[in-house]
Amino acid sequence: MLLLLVALILAMGGTMLLQQSFAPQFGLDLAGGTTVTLSPVTSNGQPPSQESLDLAVNIIRDRVNGSGISDAEVAKSGDNIVISVPGVGQEEVVALVGTTAELRFRQVLAVAAAAPGEMPTNAPTPSATPTGTAKGTPTPKAEESTAPTPKESAKVGDPSPGPAGKAVSSALTNPSPANTPSPSEKSGAKDEPKDKAKDKATPTPSATPTAQPSEDPLAGIDTTGIDPAVLAQFEKLDCLKNDRGQGSQDDPTKQIAVCAKERDARYILDKAAVVGTEIASADSGVDSTTGEWLVQLSFKSSGTDKWSQVTTTAFNSQAPRNQVAMVLDGLVISAPVIQEPITGGRAQISGSFTQETAADLSNQLKYGALPLKFVRSSISEVSSTLGADQLRGGLIAGGIGLALVVIYSLLYYRGLGIVSVLSLGVATIITYAAVVILGHNAGFRLSLPHIIGLVVSIGITADSFIVYFERIRDEMKEGRRSLRVAVEVAWVRARRTILIADAVMFIAAVVLYFLAVGGVAGFAFAMGLTTLIDILVVFMFTKPFVALLAKMEFFSKGHKLSGLDAERMSSVPVTTTNPQEA
Amino acid sequence: MGIGRRLYRGEVNVDFVGRQKLWYGLSAFLLVVSLGGLLINGLNLGVEFTGGSVFSFKAPAANIEQVRTTFEDEGVHQAIVQTAGDRWRVTTETLTEQQGTNLQKAVANDYDLPQNEVNVDLIGASWGGEVSNKAWIGLGVFMLAIILYLTMAFEWKMALAAVVALIHDLIITAGVYAWSGFEVTPATLLGFLTILGYSLYDAVVVFDMIKEVTAKLGTTSKQTYTQAANNALNHTLIRSLNTTLVAILPVAAILFIGTTLLGAGTLKDLSLALFVGMLVGTYSSLCVATPLLVTLKEREPKYRAIAKRLASRGPGANDGVSDKREPVGAANSSAGEKRKKK
Repeated sequence: MLLLLVALILAMGGTMLLQQSFAPQFGLDLAGGTTVTLSPVTSNGQPPSQESLDLAVNIIRDRVNGSGISDAEVAKSGDNIVISVPGVGQEEVVALVGTTAELRFRQVLAVAAAAPGEMPTNAPTPSATPTGTAKGTPTPKAEESTAPTPKESAKVGDPSPGPAGKAVSSALTNPSPANTPSPSEKSGAKDEPKDKAKDKATPTPSATPTAQPSEDPLAGIDTTGIDPAVLAQFEKLDCLKNDRGQGSQDDPTKQIAVCAKERDARYILDKAAVVGTEIASADSGVDSTTGEWLVQLSFKSSGTDKWSQVTTTAFNSQAPRNQVAMVLDGLVISAPVIQEPITGGRAQISGSFTQETAADLSNQLKYGALPLKFVRSSISEVSSTLGADQLRGGLIAGGIGLALVVIYSLLYYRGLGIVSVLSLGVATIITYAAVVILGHNAGFRLSLPHIIGLVVSIGITADSFIVYFERIRDEMKEGRRSLRVAVEVAWVRARRTILIADAVMFIAAVVLYFLAVGGVAGFAFAMGLTTLIDILVVFMFTKPFVALLAKMEFFSKGHKLSGLDAERMSSVPVTTTNPQEA
Repeated sequence: MGIGRRLYRGEVNVDFVGRQKLWYGLSAFLLVVSLGGLLINGLNLGVEFTGGSVFSFKAPAANIEQVRTTFEDEGVHQAIVQTAGDRWRVTTETLTEQQGTNLQKAVANDYDLPQNEVNVDLIGASWGGEVSNKAWIGLGVFMLAIILYLTMAFEWKMALAAVVALIHDLIITAGVYAWSGFEVTPATLLGFLTILGYSLYDAVVVFDMIKEVTAKLGTTSKQTYTQAANNALNHTLIRSLNTTLVAILPVAAILFIGTTLLGAGTLKDLSLALFVGMLVGTYSSLCVATPLLVTLKEREPKYRAIAKRLASRGPGANDGVSDKREPVGAANSSAGEKRKKK
């Protein structure tokens, strides 16, 4: 047992060494963080309704606290939403939670190269990809030789070089009007979804095309059933532009012309068959055959029917209409060829995800689309909300308190007190290592309440020892057993008490972690963690250590300083009872 | 022999259960006072719950103490002072327009700024209704889960007694906040949650001992359930006191430093909840949960029969206080013997 524990501590230490992380991550109140203000953009320039703002606040809060342990704050400020995330350089995190995340499934009606000037031969050939989740195969030529330098890549500090991450975050990173869209782009509808809808209704869009494509981009495209207005937009759509319609909210009841996220194609898509609200759950995972990260969806029952319908229709159609595109915030993120009708109510989205971007997207989809579109209006690093004096004071006070605990247990339990002090030491080391490792790998951040909670948990950990020690003394008091036997018998009984009591704490932690949000969930996580550590320490350290000590003469003979001497223990004069008779 | 020594040897016999009227009276009094405080004073909720005003201004020369003083001088008592980029960002409770303008003037005055360069904005609650709602739902489910679990591990009467004691602790702690006017922040709320765990934990440890001792009660036993439970309490008294002392020493240190050296702040608000909650939690495990459990249990025919039989044998036999230690020891040893034989 002791060896196992040593191995565990070494493993944790090794992990910390490997990851070069030795300090825990701190929360907003202790370390400050990044504050981003999101301003809603409405089509008519009117302030948004308070209800939609409240809804947006809740969705953003769910998203940013997706894992439940990051302790971010989200608040309404006037008509804006202020998000504070602990830690500096968290702009991307905030940008991601602010994206609309409107997901739609639309059948593909037509596909062409990314920009009007390009050769149709550059059009993606989706059928080339073998799996059912095939996406348009990117054409490197179009990407590298003819594409203008994507401005997004100049964005500093983007930790996720995956195109998916960029595409999604760029919805917020480039709201400035500096990249004035070309007239042809306007019909692609960036900021004004309502206007776009109007454009489509009238066959003559107000924007006059300035550059006619040199050759007919519609060659070889089956235009039956396509709205001429959309066709006109499609002709002009230039997906190599920086501002290519990302972040727009397309009208689900209309056909649309839209770009692929990866700038390798543009599409005409049918009316939305399934929308994001019909998603029941979303998870990220790895494709077992390709090893690619993807997002797995399951639909609610209404969505299941519609998904089954659209995949059946697509399956029975000719290429390219055998593809169903998944449109997220105005861009096609994936347009797989449908190999068979899917009736089970499940779907997968692939599209060059990294682990991070896949997790982000599934988080966004899980908590629903924002009812409003936001731009980032200000961003700043904020200092801690608590003065440094509070942390210092807390640490000093905690230190004093701990010292008192140590003195008390040594005075009271004498020799056994050493066991409790050592056990607390081991518990502290494991807790510290766990907090550091979780901070590094799972974004767990310590706030002041956490630290105080950890201090209190010391009391609970100490209680486990006290329960055990008192049991040992009970056994010894009866005066018929050797210490070695007493240690074992007492353990059996103390163990039950410790397990039941810890189970109560653990239930509290689990329930609150899953049901509460924000700070409460984070705190519950810390509570569950310390409870587990308590059990770990008592089982793997305290008990074996006491058993070890019981073999030493100092304790088994009941030395005066061992805390187990007969004189202090028995309720009757020591001469009449002999605790060491066995 | 000093009380400490007697405690150490487990020779103290306090008739906890027999004084249930005293405890119930005390608890009822505390509950009424607490509820009264909650109704009359209400809780002093922090800006995280209520929303408030945010002041933003540039004052590169100022330090955090100066900024805080500026706001406190104007009667703001919940200022959260932060730097945001190169600006100061101060969140305060909701202010009247007049107060807001006064503060703007004061800030402009103190840091040589034109008044219009001190921005004031309203900020909503970061801990809004939705967060609280989910926390309440979590709490409700938690209570149910605990009752279910304790019913399985012990029995429903113990579960009920433990949860009643828990609610008792939470109300009294909240009452202390109402009367003291200490600010209730999210941090405080987390302190409440800690109490919730601690209070239950303590009650469970006590009940485990009661269960063990009373399990030996048969029709021929010389003890009523009340006496046995009281013995169990005394038996675990030393543990209860030790545990409370060990848990409360650090908290007391934090509360002391928080109130005397630091003044207003999260540390003070949070540690008060813990300090009060732990004291009340220990008290309620011994003096509320157990008497309540005994009241419930003594109504069972089995224990009523024992009580009746012992009562008929005269006052001497009914005086459970006289031979406290022995039955517990006996219970322990017989349990021990059984295990040994296995």
